Amino acid sequence: MDSLYLLIPVVLVFLVLAIRFLSWAIKSGQYDDLDTEGQRILFDDDATPKPIPKPQVENDKT
Amino acid sequence: MPDSALELAEDCYHCGLPIPQHLNLTVNISGEAQAMCCPGCQAVALSIVDGGLENFYRFRSEHAQRPNETSKHQWHVYDLEEVQADFVARLASGEREAQLLIQGITCAACVWLLEKQLANMPGVTAVTVNASTHRCLIRWSNDTQNLSHIMSECQRIGYEPSPATDEKAFQARKKENRQSLMRLGVAGIGMMQVGMVAIALYAGGLQGISEGMQNLLRYLSLVIATPVVFYSAKPFFQAARRSLAHAQLRHLNMDVPVSFAILGAYFASVYSTLTNSGEVYFDSVSMFTFFLLVGRYLEMRVRHSNSLAMGSLSQLLPFTANRLAEPESDPVAVPLKSLLVGDRVLVRAGEIFPSDGCVLRGSSSVEEALLTGEAKPLRKKVDDLVIAGTLNTESVLEVRVTALGQNTTLSAIDKLVSRAELEKPLQQTLADKIAAYFVAAVLILSLLVGSFWYFYEPEQAFWIVLSILVVTCPCALSLATPVALAAATSAARRQGLLITRAHVLESMASITRIVFDKTGTLTLGQLRVKHCIPTQKQFDERQCMALAAALEKNANHPIASAFLAETAGFFSASDIRQYTAEGVEGQIGKQCYRLGSIEFVSNIFPRTIQSNFNTSVPERNLQWILLGSEDGPVAWFGLSDSVRSGIKPLLSYCAAESINSELLSGDASSAVAVLAEDLGIQDFQAGAKPADKLARIHGLQALGEKVLMVGDGINDAPVLAGADVSIAMGAATDLAQTRADAVLLNNNLQAIARVRGIALKTRIIIRQNVTWALCYNALALPLAALGMVPPWAAAIGMSASSLVVTLNALRLNR
Repeated sequence: MDSLYLLIPVVLVFLVLAIRFLSWAIKSGQYDDLDTEGQRILFDDDATPKPIPKPQVENDKT
Repeated sequence: MPDSALELAEDCYHCGLPIPQHLNLTVNISGEAQAMCCPGCQAVALSIVDGGLENFYRFRSEHAQRPNETSKHQWHVYDLEEVQADFVARLASGEREAQLLIQGITCAACVWLLEKQLANMPGVTAVTVNASTHRCLIRWSNDTQNLSHIMSECQRIGYEPSPATDEKAFQARKKENRQSLMRLGVAGIGMMQVGMVAIALYAGGLQGISEGMQNLLRYLSLVIATPVVFYSAKPFFQAARRSLAHAQLRHLNMDVPVSFAILGAYFASVYSTLTNSGEVYFDSVSMFTFFLLVGRYLEMRVRHSNSLAMGSLSQLLPFTANRLAEPESDPVAVPLKSLLVGDRVLVRAGEIFPSDGCVLRGSSSVEEALLTGEAKPLRKKVDDLVIAGTLNTESVLEVRVTALGQNTTLSAIDKLVSRAELEKPLQQTLADKIAAYFVAAVLILSLLVGSFWYFYEPEQAFWIVLSILVVTCPCALSLATPVALAAATSAARRQGLLITRAHVLESMASITRIVFDKTGTLTLGQLRVKHCIPTQKQFDERQCMALAAALEKNANHPIASAFLAETAGFFSASDIRQYTAEGVEGQIGKQCYRLGSIEFVSNIFPRTIQSNFNTSVPERNLQWILLGSEDGPVAWFGLSDSVRSGIKPLLSYCAAESINSELLSGDASSAVAVLAEDLGIQDFQAGAKPADKLARIHGLQALGEKVLMVGDGINDAPVLAGADVSIAMGAATDLAQTRADAVLLNNNLQAIARVRGIALKTRIIIRQNVTWALCYNALALPLAALGMVPPWAAAIGMSASSLVVTLNALRLNR
């Protein structure tokens, strides 16, 4: 049981790290959109889209 | 992805709406020719295929939205600096970053499509699209690319972008969301750790534990529980303090007993730890905090998604206005921001006034339902005042700007709407009502029990009172409603109904009558000319169609679209004026022509013809409109529309549930009676102008009926605001959607029946939850009073009762 005198402070250090990690995850916006991200892994990204032609100068200002 | 469930032979592959007969538009997708319902869908599908993104059709779980055929955007205004100032940021790297709102996102595959398509454009460095908030963050280099091209590209693949100008409100919500998550996270982690230590203490209580070790573990619990109490639980204390500051017992809410319990248990446990006596309740305190925060978080998410769908009133203003440099010059589209007081602007029929103003030229009818809820269009002539955000329905007006932006009448309304957003759903305030009695009961009981024990066995008194406080913490009661409402709202969303106001579920459970609009709601709103019968030898069928097309050229009404596909451009009409629910009038050549209802058109006939005119329609089952000139009738047009498939099941559900159904239509023809008869609807009214519809609803409400209104058009907007519950079709105009309480995203009328079922279940479940929570407290209280509830029992009891309430609420998710 004496080992607890060492382990408990270690636990506290881990707790602080865990909370800092959580804080980083939330601040970097990882929890902002829970719906899309769940489905994103199902999308097959092998398809490479074709390039879109360069924008042409538009002359429709009246 | 269940594509096979979406494919039916006669439905559009892209948007799922039925394909009109004789229309044969196809697009080759992944090797197979797929049918399209209109040139709009075909164009979008082709763009998707050309971009190499056909996989969109494999990934998607919902149909796409039908692209808006009549929206002609002038994207170039978005390149102007003044317009960009609102929603575009210049980054240090020289790139620009814009926040856009995207309309038309129906599922995660839309996000994939948009991100892939936009990211592939030259000059675009980053694209993120969020499916829940419908916001798009896009970063690009302004030398290689411009915003107008990016936005037009969005539109090409079928989504409508617009600048996200509700930035402040959005940031506030985002901050609230993140802070709540952080609090929840800290409480959760704290709860688990303290729980872990607590089990050791419980075991110690049963098996024996050295005092040194017990002390150590208690201090550990104290250290971990402290941030949980003072950081995570802070919102409860703030709310309780605000509630107590108002000092009336009636207005206490649940936060008061909750705060008592948390703080009381915490400080008592601290005392225990320091004096090495009695019991500690850190585990219960942490668990309370966590469960209660979960309830609050769910509430907040529902509140936030309400705000998202509602949008802000300021987005009802157009982004551009047609400014006239001189009275006779051509109008130039300029950004709204660049208007100044004193400018002259041109507002056409069907357009929204960009500012408050004074009429300089023209006369028209304006619908101010947006502000007054009054559906009756007001006549405006020279020198009359017009209000920003209202709709010019009839004909073009030249207006001098008198007030802009923050000074308009509209922004005053905006503030009212924001206030309304904060209103709590009635069911929740039921729990709050109980709160006052609850606090009183708990305090009285604690005093009684405390005094009893004080005389009987004084050392126990304090701990017993404490255990009463802990056991009676209204954890389950606080969770009872929010969890149920959150589960029900998401279940409704899955059925296709997006609920945007808090009272919907409760009100839907008690409706007595359901009122439908016809065109666009019960029917698809896709009128096609089935028969054209010229009445004179002068014009043949094609010419009659061309005449009608010329008159309906700029109109937004479903009837107009029946003619648009035809020979447009053959004739051209001038001086076109719209008469709401009656028809349209214009000059073609030297003659004045009218197209619309029989009464309206025959008003310009010479009197001799008028009296002899045979007003019986050739065939009953179609909607007939008449084209006539000052010489007499020219042609009859028979229009037919198709009925939505979900209506019959919905009506049989209503009949089974004793809900009366009614049809109120602006269409004055016999088609209304025919449709009502067909569907078995007993009460119906044809030719109902917006004012008539609203009057009818008010009349019903005066009789004590609770009315559910389902509509889609601009003239339904006041009624949608006036009914007890209102649902706008997903295909409705933006104005109708913002005025309604809920939006039927997939246009499937059957969903209404299912959601009502959900609403009924929700009511039952909330009652069950509240009953259970009260019973639990009633049972546990005597046990606590007798001193039979050690901390571990309190913790288990509290978490078990919260779990029961939550699991019960989750039944709504099925």
